[in-house]
Amino acid sequence: MTALERHSYDVVVIGAGGSGLRAAIEAHEHGLRTAIVCKSLFGKAHTVMAEGGIAASMGNVNPNDSWQVHFRDTMRGGKFLNNPRMAELHAKEAPDRVWELETYGALFDRTPEGKISQRNFGGHEYPRLAHVGDRTGLELIRTLQQKIVSLQQEDLAEHGDLDARIRVFAELTITDLLKDGDAVAGAFGYHRESGEFVLFEAPAVILATGGIGKSFKVTSNSWEYTGDGHALALRAGATLINMEFVQFHPTGMVWPPSVKGILVTESVRGDGGVLRNSEGKRFMFDYVPEVFRDQYAKTEDEGDRWYTDPDNNKRPPELLPRDEVARAINSEVKAGRGSPHGGVFLDVSTRLSAADIIRKLPSMHHQFKELADVDITAQPMEVGPTCHYVMGGVEVDADTEAAIVPGLFAVGEVSGGMHGSNRLGGNSLSDLLVFGRRAGAGAAAYLESLGDRRPTVTDDAVDAAAATAMAPFSPGATGAAGADAAAENPYTVHADLQQSMNDLVGIIRRESEMTEALERLQVLRRRASRVVVDGGRRYNPGWHLALDLRNMLDVAECVARAALERTESRGGHTREDHPGMDPEWRRVNLVCRKAADGGIELHHQPSLAIDPLLLALFERSELEKYLTAEELAVLADEQPVPGQAASSSAAVDEPEGRA
Amino acid sequence: MSYRASFRVWRGDDSGGGLQDVTVEVNEGEVVLDVIHRIQATQLPDLAVRWNCKAGKCGSCSAEINGRPKLMCMTRMNTFAEGETVTVTPLRTFPVVRDLVTDVSYNYEKARQIPAFAPPEGLAPGTYRMQQVDVGRSQEFRKCIECFLCQDVCHVIRDHDDNKKSFAGPRFLMRAAELSMHPLDARTDRAELARDGQGIGLCNITKCCTDVCPEHIKITDNAIIPMKERVVDRKYDPLVWLGSKIRRRP
Repeated sequence: MTALERHSYDVVVIGAGGSGLRAAIEAHEHGLRTAIVCKSLFGKAHTVMAEGGIAASMGNVNPNDSWQVHFRDTMRGGKFLNNPRMAELHAKEAPDRVWELETYGALFDRTPEGKISQRNFGGHEYPRLAHVGDRTGLELIRTLQQKIVSLQQEDLAEHGDLDARIRVFAELTITDLLKDGDAVAGAFGYHRESGEFVLFEAPAVILATGGIGKSFKVTSNSWEYTGDGHALALRAGATLINMEFVQFHPTGMVWPPSVKGILVTESVRGDGGVLRNSEGKRFMFDYVPEVFRDQYAKTEDEGDRWYTDPDNNKRPPELLPRDEVARAINSEVKAGRGSPHGGVFLDVSTRLSAADIIRKLPSMHHQFKELADVDITAQPMEVGPTCHYVMGGVEVDADTEAAIVPGLFAVGEVSGGMHGSNRLGGNSLSDLLVFGRRAGAGAAAYLESLGDRRPTVTDDAVDAAAATAMAPFSPGATGAAGADAAAENPYTVHADLQQSMNDLVGIIRRESEMTEALERLQVLRRRASRVVVDGGRRYNPGWHLALDLRNMLDVAECVARAALERTESRGGHTREDHPGMDPEWRRVNLVCRKAADGGIELHHQPSLAIDPLLLALFERSELEKYLTAEELAVLADEQPVPGQAASSSAAVDEPEGRA
Repeated sequence: MSYRASFRVWRGDDSGGGLQDVTVEVNEGEVVLDVIHRIQATQLPDLAVRWNCKAGKCGSCSAEINGRPKLMCMTRMNTFAEGETVTVTPLRTFPVVRDLVTDVSYNYEKARQIPAFAPPEGLAPGTYRMQQVDVGRSQEFRKCIECFLCQDVCHVIRDHDDNKKSFAGPRFLMRAAELSMHPLDARTDRAELARDGQGIGLCNITKCCTDVCPEHIKITDNAIIPMKERVVDRKYDPLVWLGSKIRRRP
């Protein structure tokens, strides 16, 4: 049987970004022996790319904020397709998760009273994002990384070994989950450095692998974002939901070509930046959709007054949710009113002093100066949409993050439901912490329920996983696709996949193009099976990419199939041939699973009903824009009168313990 | 706007290696990492290179470019003349794994030797109060992306491998300063730990670390020198010395 390194843990957390580390901290607190597997070095996870902040209704800047308002904003942002229980837990628990970071040593920017400062962001009614300049993600990852180290130091004092109860495995990629019957029994992978195989025997696995952006050409995501967790879950028998919803962030860099897609933080707009087309017009005023008409300014003057007097004015439409802004930019460019390099202008130089820009947006200033020779204190930026985030992911239980496969949990971007059809900026970092903690606790509860009945890994399963991982070294071994056909280069297959997804399943979608995408994906699958890599097993990026390709292809097919099926436009899914939002579709989740033949199967599943007490947080006139006549009829009988509900229901409690 | 550039890339592993000449296309606006990726995709598919964000935020793609420690993703090709040969080698201070990838575990070991932030006792989460001017000093150091270029350039360890045991390097002296300047850190022995555990005395403030920092953190002036002053204050201040003598009397 395969030679390999073996480890035994209570729980293996795959992914060392914000959600993985928070899950590991919680698992450790519950006494579980915990392994953290990172694909990169420790502390390099994609969380560092988050810029603007972490959304939590602490009310430090505007005391009118509360979890109810945050919940409402989140549901509106997701066009009411969100898993309502997740949105509720998220809004309620986010403040505690942020405050907890301060006890780990985080240093957020402060208000004049010395509290955590909060900034405005798209779709959030009040200033809500705790932040550190425009490098909040770095602060989050470093804080959690240092908290893990502090737990290890406590273990050293108690057990004489830093790694006694929580160990970090850096530069290790998991390629397969292993099962015992229905339940998770472990994970199989390789050390990047040596190419040697590793087996983790563990009854609980928490997926925290992030997103899928590397299936698209223009993306703000790093190389790791190859949908590993999504694909591992699929192959282990779990289900993915809402995969058609992919967020294109409205503002990525568009020039020079080599940096196309790199993120320009939404804070630029939150702090006063405006979008203009080539005619100098603030075009966003023309793109406020009906559902948001009452919540946004109608004139530039009103929008400008809002920055200093938010109680008496409405916010400018540059701060609409991301899907709206991305579509608007796309339309302007298409109409011939774009910037020289195919974007639009984002200008903060005429809105803030140079000193303020450098203080509030230091890394944007640095990034444009170093990479594009643009000084944002004096010139506008050129920006356009970039693939940024996938709302879809592993279907989980809202309270425990358990997938349908016993022992499997998913958290953060790899999980689905929380953000519905579109995520609000700032809701990702809070999602990581709220559900990271819950996943760690969920795994602990699962282990307790198992007692001594631990699943075991068979040698056959290990051998099969090893054979799959070695396939790219042995041309023709995968047989069926035709060993005699030409060998493929993994980099070329990857580039072709990215181009296909970008062109055919991008920001604006059409039936014919998605049908073509599915055909091309079949061809790419056959080509991927003929990929051959040069060199040996030690730190061989060609081999690493060949193995990641398998995951990207599975995930790309889920996106394309679900996008073809959903014949409406909602959030991060825009159909040119079905431009309207249809309340009947709001009641449907599209669920992907792996079919016996290795393809992707899709079925419809009713979305979770929203608790009437949560619905009571909205005006009926607003609900009419989202719900079916049938749902509204039921509501008329049941809906409690707002105001009376506050005293009788847990769901509409006053915000707790605001400090 | 494209041209063919001459690159020399170090290839090899812990048993040895050498520079390999490559001619490769370069397009407008590209950075060194783009060119390395093109070499990988078209000529040397197993060329080992570590990178993540390609936006100067994660600190993974550190290497030496024409002998200078740099992030490959933030080094524009237009900083070189078209005819100039660009030489890319791995960080010299750390053992080579393969090609441009080095074993940076030294840094993670040093990180684990610094006592963590000690939260103040009796202060509940949510009740922390700090002024911007006070958090600002430590925030400068928390901009660090852990690219380890400062560690690579520091001659205390670059040229003297034996010093690695007793010297934590600029990145982690700065971490000690960051904790020491944290308005609410409850520990009072950070300076002593920097002296006894981190070898701060070995630093002779040549400021090479500050020069190479891609985040432009003033590592020497704002972190290491104040930390050295705290060490000196405690150890050599005559009043502190007298106080300690008086207090020790029975």
